[in-house]
Amino acid sequence: MSSITTATPSATPPVITTDKLTKRFGQFVAASQLTFQVYKGEIFGFLGANGAGKTTAMRMLCGLLKPSSGNATIAGYDVYTQTEKIKQRIGYMSQKFSLYDDLTVSENIRFYAGIYGMSTPRIKEKTSQLLQELQLEKEAKTLVSDLPLGWKQKLSFSVSIVHDPDIVFLDEPTGGVDPVTRRQFWDLIYHAADRGVTVFVTTHYMDEAEYCNRVSIMVDGVIAALDSPTRLRQQFGYDNMEDVFYELARNAKRKAD
Amino acid sequence: MIRTLYFLLEKEFRQIMRNKGIVRMLIIAPVIQLILLPLAADYSVKNISIAVVDNDHSTASQRLIGKITSSGYFKLTGYTGSYNAALSMVEQEKADLALQIPAHFERDLVRENSQKLYIAINAIEGTKANLGGAYLTSIITDFNDEIRVDWHTSGSSTGPDAPQISIASSNWYNPFMNFHLYIVPAILVTLVTAMAAMQTAFNIVQEKENGTIEQINVTPIKKYVFITGKMIPFLVLGIIIFTLGLIVGWIFYGVVSTGSLWVLYLSLVDYLFAMLGLGLLLATYSGTQQQAMSLSFFFINIFNMMSGAFTAVDSMPGWAQAIVSTFPPYHFIRIMRMVVLKGSGITDILPDLGAMFAIGLVLNVWAIVNYRKTA
Repeated sequence: MSSITTATPSATPPVITTDKLTKRFGQFVAASQLTFQVYKGEIFGFLGANGAGKTTAMRMLCGLLKPSSGNATIAGYDVYTQTEKIKQRIGYMSQKFSLYDDLTVSENIRFYAGIYGMSTPRIKEKTSQLLQELQLEKEAKTLVSDLPLGWKQKLSFSVSIVHDPDIVFLDEPTGGVDPVTRRQFWDLIYHAADRGVTVFVTTHYMDEAEYCNRVSIMVDGVIAALDSPTRLRQQFGYDNMEDVFYELARNAKRKAD
Repeated sequence: MIRTLYFLLEKEFRQIMRNKGIVRMLIIAPVIQLILLPLAADYSVKNISIAVVDNDHSTASQRLIGKITSSGYFKLTGYTGSYNAALSMVEQEKADLALQIPAHFERDLVRENSQKLYIAINAIEGTKANLGGAYLTSIITDFNDEIRVDWHTSGSSTGPDAPQISIASSNWYNPFMNFHLYIVPAILVTLVTAMAAMQTAFNIVQEKENGTIEQINVTPIKKYVFITGKMIPFLVLGIIIFTLGLIVGWIFYGVVSTGSLWVLYLSLVDYLFAMLGLGLLLATYSGTQQQAMSLSFFFINIFNMMSGAFTAVDSMPGWAQAIVSTFPPYHFIRIMRMVVLKGSGITDILPDLGAMFAIGLVLNVWAIVNYRKTA
């Protein structure tokens, strides 16, 4: 886990490209002039205090929110005109747990695989593969509401990439999860990235920031820093990401929500 | 698209069937309500207590009293010679009506061919008193006619040769004025209304609250496919409830449709299209189940009270009638009564079917457009 392979940006094509992407809610600028690129197979950390604009930015990239200005392409598709195409190519795991509590583990997998248009034999194959990976074979017929939170989050992640998307967006996926399960969760993330899935993840845990290939730190709706964790530490002269984050975030003028 | 819809429906039905409480409520509650409510909403009034003040004590007055008590509607609870005594019986609620037969009732009736009767009605229980007054008036009119006929047949010279005009009323379509025939179809409509609008709204708002709708919104599911997937299960539930209602109405109240069931079910689907559209629309405006509950209660109350289930829409002011004509239940109650009581066919109910479809179209399009915005 500690050996981070620093992605060489130019080696792989970008799958997320944003150019001055901005979202205003009336007078309030939630996300301002975001310009960055994320490359194929990269794990891209998106950090920021509560209310810094992370979720707004992520929702624009997922096609859930129309940007006010600027441009962005996701997997080569435009965020204004091709949101339906984008939705075919991305996975999304929101802050809120969003599997169906009153369906079983395998019913949830079947449902999401089905609405992404997977064939029945493929769904069967994928279901058993997923259950095996998560070691949930015995819980296939258990209602999701009866699973512990950590298992739910791992299942939720696996379901969000059940259709083999180009990119998966994870919005604080490990909130409230114990350290052991968090580590397992990151194993799943690495596994997905190894298969070429680009991972775009927001988090408040600085140890998780260290696991990312590159991180961006948002302050008051603006990207204040963007580089690999190693270089950010060097740049700010700290030996951990916690201090880097604190240095940038403490100057925030916006109240946390 | 069809495949996506299949997976959506599979999921919805699984969730509904798994929620045993809801299934029980949706099936049992309407059945119980349909058994009980017609008893309360029965406007045919019986057992009206009447106090008679007989100041005449003649054959004619006795005959009138006999006719009143034998009608089956009235109970003679007082017979006095003083109007004040009768009035105090009304005050003590021992009588709903007081009828005063004046002195010289028979003599004047014969001599002057006219007589005045005085009726005092306790208007606190408005419906009972009003209907009682109306029944009594009609009995007295009848009594009048009888006396005239008697005079003519007996060749009495004192009887006037005034031409006789009598109005004969007959109740078409419901000859025995069986109130159940009238109210059961309407109550059935109100039950379907409550289920359709509320349950659809709750179901969608629940997905909002749980956050699952956001997960759906990042999938390539088309909005109209998602909404269709939400509507079909409740359409099926609505049809089941309606069918149960028809069976209950038949077993408990002997209400059988004169018209074809095919016409009824076609109208039901049209009606559910409109009401499920309303439920969807309410869901797009509600962020929580509490909001959805308040909103749907508002509409359901208005629908139940104003759509002509219990009172005549014709007696409302014109502007109110104009509003009511935009209520889908108003049209469906009309259709139900026309088909069940009169046996109306598809052509007779076409205007109401068309109105419901137009309203449904507006509601559904509005819901889809509004859903897009909030997505």
